[in-house]
Order: sequence, then structure tokens, then C-alpha cells
Amino acid sequence: MGDDDSPRRVRRNLLAAIGGLLLGGCDALSRTEWFPRILRVGEDLSRRMQHAVTARKSMAQEFSERDLSPSFRSNGTANPNDDEYQTLARDGFSGWRLQVDGLVEQPMGFSLQQLRSMRSRVQITRHDCVEGWSAIGKWKGVPLGDVLALVRPTVAARYVVFHCADPMDLAGTKYYESIDMEDAYHPQTILAYELNDATLPIGNGAPLRVRIERQLGYKMAKYIMRLQLVDSFAAIGQGRGGYWEDQGYEWYAGI
Amino acid sequence: MLDAESLAARRPDRAARGYLYYRHALIVRITHWVNAIALAILLMSGLNIFNAHPSLSWGRSSYSDRAPIFETGAATAADGSLIGITRIFNRSFDTTGVLGVSSDGGRQVVKGFPSWITIPSFSWLAMARHWHFFFAWLLVINGCVYLAFSAIGRHLSHDLLPTRLDWRSIGRSIVDHMRFRHPTGVAATRYNVLQKLAYLSVIFVLVPLIILTGSAMSPRLDSLQPGWIELLGGRQSARTLHFVVAWTLVLFALVHVFEVLVSGVWNNLRSMITGRYRIPPDPR
Repeated sequence: MGDDDSPRRVRRNLLAAIGGLLLGGCDALSRTEWFPRILRVGEDLSRRMQHAVTARKSMAQEFSERDLSPSFRSNGTANPNDDEYQTLARDGFSGWRLQVDGLVEQPMGFSLQQLRSMRSRVQITRHDCVEGWSAIGKWKGVPLGDVLALVRPTVAARYVVFHCADPMDLAGTKYYESIDMEDAYHPQTILAYELNDATLPIGNGAPLRVRIERQLGYKMAKYIMRLQLVDSFAAIGQGRGGYWEDQGYEWYAGI
Repeated sequence: MLDAESLAARRPDRAARGYLYYRHALIVRITHWVNAIALAILLMSGLNIFNAHPSLSWGRSSYSDRAPIFETGAATAADGSLIGITRIFNRSFDTTGVLGVSSDGGRQVVKGFPSWITIPSFSWLAMARHWHFFFAWLLVINGCVYLAFSAIGRHLSHDLLPTRLDWRSIGRSIVDHMRFRHPTGVAATRYNVLQKLAYLSVIFVLVPLIILTGSAMSPRLDSLQPGWIELLGGRQSARTLHFVVAWTLVLFALVHVFEVLVSGVWNNLRSMITGRYRIPPDPR
């Protein structure tokens, strides 16, 4: 009997074949329409459980200066490849305006100067990326709730959508994100214009990024150009409420 | 249930080659196999998630001044080929083919764990997370069913808690395991003391710990009581612990399967499927 036919070898090949079939099966299931929909039952359970055991206004942990990460990692877009954005950046964002519209009684535009003159909040918080890393930074910004108080959302408004300057693909799809009103009015949800006591760098989202401290990093849109209040995000992008959500990530990124 | 010894006395012919004993209740059998599937998928989807950031650190964040405890990466050799490098506490190892660099679809690619141990087999973080959280919930619900049954049906107090006799025989049990000597007769109807301790530590230490360390990575659950994850050493420490506990469960599973193999694989498999275990007769 040759070595190739030895029982041990046959057994090993058989095991490898079974393993390959099982793995291939998992890959095939992942590519179907129906199976991921079943898997997403877990996402729904996680969101409900997280909301059931924590208070609406439960606070994310805040740290001290000595916990600050030596430098705050720039992830995703480092510098938006967009002419309009680059023009604004060249002038130190003096021409930039935050447009706030949609389901509001008073649509408004805010310059950086106006936002800086409003009440501010400073918080040292941890940024948890969906990839698994985390970094601690000191953020200063205006509470999103204060901005909303000025534009007065109508009773129909259910979500705040963040429209951003950074194109994510060759087709020019812009980054966007959305949160519900519970997170929008959370005291730690701020529109940040400073990081670690300095003007927010372009790598971290200049001139304005949002902090949503009880969710993962991809929710915290950078390079914000416009806030839109909506009752549904089904008509925006591919309808899942955010750029990464459209790629299959969870809309509620609590874990 | 029939008393094993009186049965053996009444049927001496059967007693000679052992007899079938109903050892595992239906709920124990079902929850056992659900656990087996869920843990395998949790490990493999977890390793796909790990590959998105193949580095483990200790502390409140990844960017403290300390070097990672465990990290995989890649370097390019003089001939242009890729070398997989694994660093454990500042010591580097060439792990090409397994960690850092491995073959995926016939091509050498940079990735933490190789494709044959991850679900999906290629890098797909969003999908790996869906697999992971679905089976995490299945594990939790399955565990609750098992615990409720064990408490109400007295599986816990009757079968799992070591008796005083167990504690006294622990030394002999260790020697028996090392000599691959397995209980016969009435003793084979019960778990031995090492088995009881192994199962109890999985049920009450390892699984709760892996759920706890997993939850500690949730920014929403961290807000339950700001700072509670400091008890685990901080968020990145919790991630590291999650990884360590996962591999401790793998170690348990390996020993478990090994014991199944050396103590009669078909008899064990039958007992975990039909519930019936053939009791080997006591040697005369």
C-alpha cells in the first residue's frame, strides 16, 4: 500500500474535506439574502437588551488627562478628496456653514464662529472602533441638543442625519450617518471642533465631527456639512441609515 | 430509574458485557450539541473579528505607551515574499503560513488568523459580527435553558456538585486519568470528580467570564455604571481577556474530546445522542 492510501492519510483528507465543506457552507450562507436576515435577529436582541438595562441618559465613562492617547488615530478618510471641501479648508473653513434643515420649524446655517460662541462641553472619552481598537481623546464642542433647540425639530422628526464632505468611492458616494432623538439629546452628544485642546485636525474630521459616546466610532461622522432632521432614512443612500450600514454594519452600534 | 446493581444481579448474562444505562436527559443532550455548534462558530467568527485589528493590549485604550501583548503582522523578505510575524511580549516568531501571513485562495495574504479557522473564511468584519452576535445570543439562551433545567431537575446538585467522597478521591481520580483508566460498573453511571470540576468551571467561570468580557467591549453597556469595566483592567484588557478565555474554552474542548476518544468514542457519542450509555462491567 502506498503512503497516499494509508488510513491515516485518508482520514486526514476526509476531515479536511468535511471542514472545507462546512466552511464553504458558512461562506455560501453569508452570501444569501435570507440567512444574514436570520443572523440579524441577534442585532435586534442586542439593541433591545442594551436599551433595557441602561438608562436613556446613562453616561459614557469620562477619563482624566493622564489617560489621553499619545496621538489620536485618524481612521477612514484622512483628507477628503473633494474640491469644495479643499477650497473651504484652504481658507481655514471661514466659508464653511453648517446647514441644519429638514423637519425643523426654523432651518438655519451656522458658521464655525457661531458654534464656538455657544455653550460648550469638554469631555475626555474613549473612542471604540468597530475594528477592535480604542483611543482616548479630549473633545470640545457644542451639545447637539443646543443646536436643535434653535432650529426646533417638529414632532415628526425621529432622526438626525449627518451629511459629510468625504467621498467614499470613485462614484463619489458621500459619507453619512444617522442617530435617533434619544442620542441626539444625550448630554455627551456634541458637535466637536476641538481635539486635545487644539483646533480639530483634518485627519480627525475638521471642521466639525459628532461625538456619540455610547456607540462605535463609525457612527461619529467627520467633515459634517449638513444636519437633516427626518422621520425616515429609507430614501437616503441605500436606505440603511449610514454609509457603513449600507455595507452591512449595524445601525445601532452599541457593541 | 432502575438501580444499576439490582439490574445487574437480575440479568447476569447482560451484566457480563455491561448494560445500557440512561445517563443523559433530553435537555442535556440538546443543549450540549447547541453549545458545541455555537462555541465553534463563536470562536471562528471571533477570530475573523480579531483579524480586523490583530493586536491585543492591556489598559483603558489601545494607545497607551505600552507595547501590545500579542500581535500579528507581516514583513517582506529579500526575495519579495511575505513573512508572517507574531509578537508575544516583545518576542517575535516567524509564523508564516499560520499567523500574520497565510494562504487564501492560493495566494499568500496578510491576515491574523488563517482563513480555514475563520467565519466567513475571508475578511468580512460586518458579516463575522452578525454570525458572532447571533450565536452569542444562542449560547446565552441555551445556557439559561440548561441552567433552569439543572437547578429545577436537580441535575446540578445530583450530578455536578462534587460529593464529600469525590473530594477525598480526587488524588486517585488524577492518577486514573493519567493512566487512561476509566470507571466501570456503578461508578460509570456518574461523572468523576475531575469531570465535575471541569464542567462546573466552564459553566460558572469561563462562560460567564466570556460574556462579561464581551459585554465590556460594548460602549453602551459600559455606560451601565461608568467605570465598571475598570474591574477588568479597562476596555482593551477586556478584549484581551475575551481572547484568552476563548482559547481556554478551546483547551477545555480539546481535553473533553480527547477523553471522549480514549473512553469509548461510540459509547460516548450514543449516550449524548440517545441518552443511553453502555456500562462496562466491573472487572472480576
